[in-house]
Amino acid sequence: MCQAGEDYAVSAQRETLPVPRPGREQKCVKCAEGLPVVVIRAGDAFCRDCFKAFYVHKFRAMLGKNRLIFPGEKVLLAWSGGPSSSSMVWQVLEGLSQDSAKRLRFVPGVIYVDEGAACGQSLQDRVKTLAEVKLILQNTGFPWHVVALEEVFSLPPSVLCSASQEPAGTEEAYKTAVDSFLQQQHALGSEGCASPAQGEDQSHPSHSQEPLGMAGFPTAAQTEALSRLFSSIKTLTAKEELLQTLRTHLIVHVARTHGYCKVMTGESCTRLAIKLMTNLALGRGAFLAWDTGFSDERHGDVVLVRPMRDHTLKEVAFYNHLFGVPSVFTPAIDTKAPEKASIHRLMEAFILRLQTLFPSTVSTVYRTSEKLVKAPREGCASGPSSPSCLLCMCALDIDTTDSATAFGAQSSSHLSQMLPAEAGIPTTPCCGSGEGQAQSCHRGVGRRGDAQACVIEQLCYGCRVNMKDLPSLDPLPPYVLAEAQLRSQRAWVSKEIQEYLITDDDEEEEEESRAIKQEGENTGIGL
Amino acid sequence: MAAPLCVEVEFGGGAELLFDGVKKHQVTLPEQEGPWDIRNLLVWIKKNLLKERPELFIQGESVRPGILVLINDADWELLGELDYQLQDQDSILFISTLHGG
Repeated sequence: MCQAGEDYAVSAQRETLPVPRPGREQKCVKCAEGLPVVVIRAGDAFCRDCFKAFYVHKFRAMLGKNRLIFPGEKVLLAWSGGPSSSSMVWQVLEGLSQDSAKRLRFVPGVIYVDEGAACGQSLQDRVKTLAEVKLILQNTGFPWHVVALEEVFSLPPSVLCSASQEPAGTEEAYKTAVDSFLQQQHALGSEGCASPAQGEDQSHPSHSQEPLGMAGFPTAAQTEALSRLFSSIKTLTAKEELLQTLRTHLIVHVARTHGYCKVMTGESCTRLAIKLMTNLALGRGAFLAWDTGFSDERHGDVVLVRPMRDHTLKEVAFYNHLFGVPSVFTPAIDTKAPEKASIHRLMEAFILRLQTLFPSTVSTVYRTSEKLVKAPREGCASGPSSPSCLLCMCALDIDTTDSATAFGAQSSSHLSQMLPAEAGIPTTPCCGSGEGQAQSCHRGVGRRGDAQACVIEQLCYGCRVNMKDLPSLDPLPPYVLAEAQLRSQRAWVSKEIQEYLITDDDEEEEEESRAIKQEGENTGIGL
Repeated sequence: MAAPLCVEVEFGGGAELLFDGVKKHQVTLPEQEGPWDIRNLLVWIKKNLLKERPELFIQGESVRPGILVLINDADWELLGELDYQLQDQDSILFISTLHGG
């Protein structure tokens, strides 16, 4: 098998590929009359109009097939300025303005996160970029939000709590929702049929800065804090991961505050294939289905959706160029970084290089990702009671008895062994009972080692590996540290009162005692 | 023998960062022995236009994987890729797909 592959690659380099390359003399494979302009997949040449139809159809099919977005729902489009998300916003724009039969039926808003501080951009550059961004946002006509990444420092700890989720709609529920929506539209008549997006736009003429307590541009102190956080991280891999995490938290928070129940991100097929392989390397194999699937419900009430996951980067770039989709170029954290600078870059180079020799690489990885199933971990209680990672909100997959994942657990238990010696002093914030004993006294807040252990033990394996590259967890935004402490304290209290809690086993006894108590109350005699 | 050619070379998608931020370049390719094709053009670009980090643009003989080449708004795969022979007033566009999302 390997030998055959090698021969193929060698012969491919020596001469042109065995597959006959489409030439300009050929006609479009679809309509057989247009002049082809772009080659999709391994040899299908499309003309301009067929390509547009193909591209738009893929977008609609992805949304229609998954039936997650109900009519009239508020959907937040996460726009980074880059080609894929710009294309997505453009598709939504066009989709909303079509004739009523084929019109997209949700209510969009757009969010742009300014990450200039994390990427080391100067203030003037950021202001210039923001001006371009705002111009494009205003032209879309949707309500838009521009938030700076510095606002993570004013996020509440509740953003890390997975809010209760509404049960996912069934097929019938979706159909009835669509039918009733269409009936409503008919009833309103053609005047009332103005797209809901336009209506909302009139009520929010220029919906700019986020009311997260920020009047204008972020303060210098916050920018400073953010740069300090990112410059303290030792590796580019950890920086990219942390940036993604913080950005997601910020977007989810904005979505929650403004009543959006879905967020659309513009990850393309190529990007998701790269992400799948990268996440395997980062130790996040257990969560691939959430990280690369169409929908990601880990935040509970806000669902992340990826409608561009069937489009390759080549298709996106061609479409944007041929049909004039506006986008803004902003340097990212890994711009001009060498190939081996981070796991993400290395994997990107690997996949893209493989793709040139074997054009089905990306689609194969993509098809594999489609088969991943989100199964709850065996043996663990599923649902909100199961512990989830502090940062990525996936189910905690650390098993202290399992040697492979125990390394992270070891480092934290090591720290906790050091602490009892110093725990003689009772600290007020944690122990209401005022006990000063080493075993029962929970770690004090002020101690660096404690806070660190407190956070680390709440993380999944992948996040722990990332946090190893942060020498100190102090520069992290306060909401992370506050939530970590809260969860630790809850866990400690829960452990303390465990024996007093009534579990399912005790249910029978409980019912009996309840029956007796009821009798007692009825006859006026206490237990 | 190839007469001097005037072509427009354009960079997009972030590739312009390697060329001092300049997106469009009107270039006049000098006279040379054999015909001008994309292969020679890349060598010429590397020598004359590329300001920094050649490995981010060119890999071996061809462009780095992830960089699309459009010749007169058509995919270069339809025109022979590196073997396409340049003509006067052609427009070559290099789009980097690696940046952004």
